[in-house]
Amino acid sequence: MKEDNVNIKDPVLSIRNLSVAYDKGNYAVKDVSADIKRNAVTAIMGPSGCGKSTMLRAINRMHELYENIETKGSLILNGKDITDMPTIQLRRMAGMVFQRPNPFPTLSIYDNVIAGYKLNGIRLKKKERDEVVERSLRDVTLWDEVKDTLHKKGTFLSGGQQQRLCIARALAFDPEVILLDEPTSALDPVATSKIEDLLVKLKENYSILMVTHNMSQAARISDYSMFMYLGELVEYGKTKDMFTNPKDRRTEEYLTGKFG
Amino acid sequence: MPLVSSSLNEWGNMNSAAKITVANLSRRTLKDKLFKGLVLFMSLITISPIVLIIYKLVEKGYRQISLDFIIKTPPNTFEAMTALSNGELIPGGIANGITGTLLMVVLASVIAIPVGVITGIYLYENPGKLLANLTRNISDILQGVPSIVLGLIAYMWIVKPITSGFSALAGSVSLSIMMLPMIVRSTEETLKMIPESIKEAAVALGVPYYKVILRVLIPTGFSGLLTGILLGISRILGETAPLMLTALGSSVINLDITKPTSAIPLLIWEFYNDPNMVDLIWSSSLLLMGMVLTLNLVSKRIAARTK
Amino acid sequence: MKLGKLPAKQFSQLLKVHQMNSDKITKGVLLLSSFVILFVAGGMIFSLVEGAIPALKSFGLSFIWSNNWNPTEGKENYGALPFIAGTIITSVAALLISLPLSFSVSLFLGEYYRGTRIAKILGPMVDLLAGIPSIVYGLWGFYVLRPLLIDLGLPNQGFGIFTASIILAIMIIPYATSLSNEIITMVPNELKEAAYSLGATRSEVIFNVVVPSARSGIIAGYILSFGRALGETMAVTMLIGNANIVPDGFFSTGNTMASVIANQFGEADGLKLSSLIAIGLLLFLMTGIINAIGKFIIKRMG
Ligand SMILES: Nc1ncnc2c1ncn2[C@@H]1O[C@H](COP(=O)(O)OP(=O)(O)OP(=O)(O)O)[C@@H](O)[C@H]1O
Ligand SMILES: [Mg+2]
Repeated sequence: MKEDNVNIKDPVLSIRNLSVAYDKGNYAVKDVSADIKRNAVTAIMGPSGCGKSTMLRAINRMHELYENIETKGSLILNGKDITDMPTIQLRRMAGMVFQRPNPFPTLSIYDNVIAGYKLNGIRLKKKERDEVVERSLRDVTLWDEVKDTLHKKGTFLSGGQQQRLCIARALAFDPEVILLDEPTSALDPVATSKIEDLLVKLKENYSILMVTHNMSQAARISDYSMFMYLGELVEYGKTKDMFTNPKDRRTEEYLTGKFG
Repeated sequence: MPLVSSSLNEWGNMNSAAKITVANLSRRTLKDKLFKGLVLFMSLITISPIVLIIYKLVEKGYRQISLDFIIKTPPNTFEAMTALSNGELIPGGIANGITGTLLMVVLASVIAIPVGVITGIYLYENPGKLLANLTRNISDILQGVPSIVLGLIAYMWIVKPITSGFSALAGSVSLSIMMLPMIVRSTEETLKMIPESIKEAAVALGVPYYKVILRVLIPTGFSGLLTGILLGISRILGETAPLMLTALGSSVINLDITKPTSAIPLLIWEFYNDPNMVDLIWSSSLLLMGMVLTLNLVSKRIAARTK
Repeated sequence: MKLGKLPAKQFSQLLKVHQMNSDKITKGVLLLSSFVILFVAGGMIFSLVEGAIPALKSFGLSFIWSNNWNPTEGKENYGALPFIAGTIITSVAALLISLPLSFSVSLFLGEYYRGTRIAKILGPMVDLLAGIPSIVYGLWGFYVLRPLLIDLGLPNQGFGIFTASIILAIMIIPYATSLSNEIITMVPNELKEAAYSLGATRSEVIFNVVVPSARSGIIAGYILSFGRALGETMAVTMLIGNANIVPDGFFSTGNTMASVIANQFGEADGLKLSSLIAIGLLLFLMTGIINAIGKFIIKRMG
């Protein structure tokens, strides 16, 4: 098997034979299987259009929002099969952060953080709400920057701040795994490095699966890496091993900048 | 310990606050389904009138439609009554209405289209100017003026001082004021969609400005302009209220624009008020709807083809 | 002068001058035509005011709040209150009836079935509602809806505010949906996905993300459709019962400003005609203000 070198005990997430097709029979993700390590950062790399986002979105079952997208395979989150679980529960357990920061423009910073509770109709006492907001914002190191402007609209923040707010929004719900799709590609280097530091810190308490275009970013912060090509998972292993000693020729070519 | 074990009741190892219970889940899923059902149901109700109306017009009107219906004028009440009591179709047609409608629509178009298109070009050429903004706002507000008020206006402007009596011209003027703002806006919107580069290419060649307009802007945006004009015409085709105050109606075919003239909607109104002729309302409405529908479809076709 | 013999430089200069003149004329024509609209609008206000002066002089401001409409010679008195009240009541009722319908249609077209084949059929059908002539709505209301309402126990032979409002509601739906459906379609997918990723159901996304984001557009659409309702004439005239009284309930008969003009214009002259024109002026102002508010909201949305 391709992922022979990865032997992950008690994985937070197991992806089993996952395939996704946007049009019938034309698979953007082909039969991918992988175990994702708990309390670690796992990076998904690969050239543009290789199916990274498609795979990540499949884990949150975002594809079910659209008709005609076919998904096969199964997903096991924390030992529970989530393939047929109501999406409401599943999405609560898998937080998602998108490529472009997307705070709710009609909500304040405060309400953005607890948006998950509001949307799910979970009523919190004022004290609990304040706690969740402060904890989540501290987790993403945004608290000190916004604590005096919590009731301003989230869209007044800078791009980097907005993205951290979106991470806080995902964290507020205490997810089992956080899925991030190129979370820094729309940000400047300073904001990027802040988010990178944040992810490294967050892995103490959370499991992180992140798509990135940026090889050095993967090298800097990830513990495990996947390399995808044309919808297939070509190689999966410890980031160190993969960068120093890639097994597959295509991985090597990608890492050395021959394509991608 | 509660009877229902917590593992059945909650999922995952969430923090105490973030519980999604079975009750919460099923309540929300049900609500979601109910809401969608409601939206579908309401949408169906909304479009049902159009189906029902067209069905009614066809059902009650189709028998009357014939060549005679288009080329003959209506019978008088007595003739209609005789036909009714013999159980026959009412003889005659609505030729005076058809010609009157055509006459007034053409005249209204002749007045409104040039002014509307040129004004639209002006707005497009001077987007930020004070006068342009004023014109645009006024034109938007004109678009919302009730048609009956336009009837009053044409009565005061044309019927009293110019034709000293009800006239086709007065009807056309009220219809043209109605059409004008629609054409202004559709012209501006159409021109805005033309790539700047096409215009610049012509200007750079040193072509006089009016030629840029006539040879470049109008031909490039032609189908958009046409769509706007056809939609405008389809809107004035069925107008009744302003014509009651201006064109009044006529029992014979009249092509003199200074004389009272009939129109299809005016005839419908007359038939509706005459118990002997009332059967004619359906066929007349059917014909009118047919014209409106055709114009609508044609303009949609043109719009779709150019997209 | 023969152009061919001119030196090139002079030739091009001549061309330029000629062109500058023609450009000036073109610009002038454009400018002039845009004045036409201003003149028309200004002239409308002027004529309506001028026509209304006799009535306003005779009755003063009480014209607006007097409910005595009496054409009997000698006791002639005209007050517009019954019609102002009738207009506002029917239009508000129509708006309320149309709200759930047009909101549903906007969600159908802009959210649930956006871009699907069924939306491509339903959308034009809704647009077509705006194409049906008012008088045809009137006929349908008279011959189809009214008997139905009589069976349901409606008084006054089924004529009145309620019947007129139902037909009005149907007529104004396309004006509300065309705008709100467009704005709902424009709500970014990313925002909706953000809400879905937090576990929201579709209806929760609609109420928490789509509607708040599209709020201004939805409201503006309703305002514009309300403006339409104020001025609708024929269908209302055929269904409202044409009683010159302040309506005393939903099922009461009445008259609107537009319908009283249509009804009584034929036999009007003198003070009565002036009063009808004054009602026209009031109607013009009311619709103008409502439309201006609607357009203002749209402008502010950008
Ligand atoms: N909504 C869609 N409909 C149809 N095809 C799609 C859709 N989204 C993606 N695809 C196709 O699926 C394939 C994988 O796309 P995906 O977005 O997963 O790539 P990616 O690896 O995330 O690329 P990038 O690095 O550019 O974000 C591509 O060929 C793409 O064209
Ligand atoms: Mg991607």
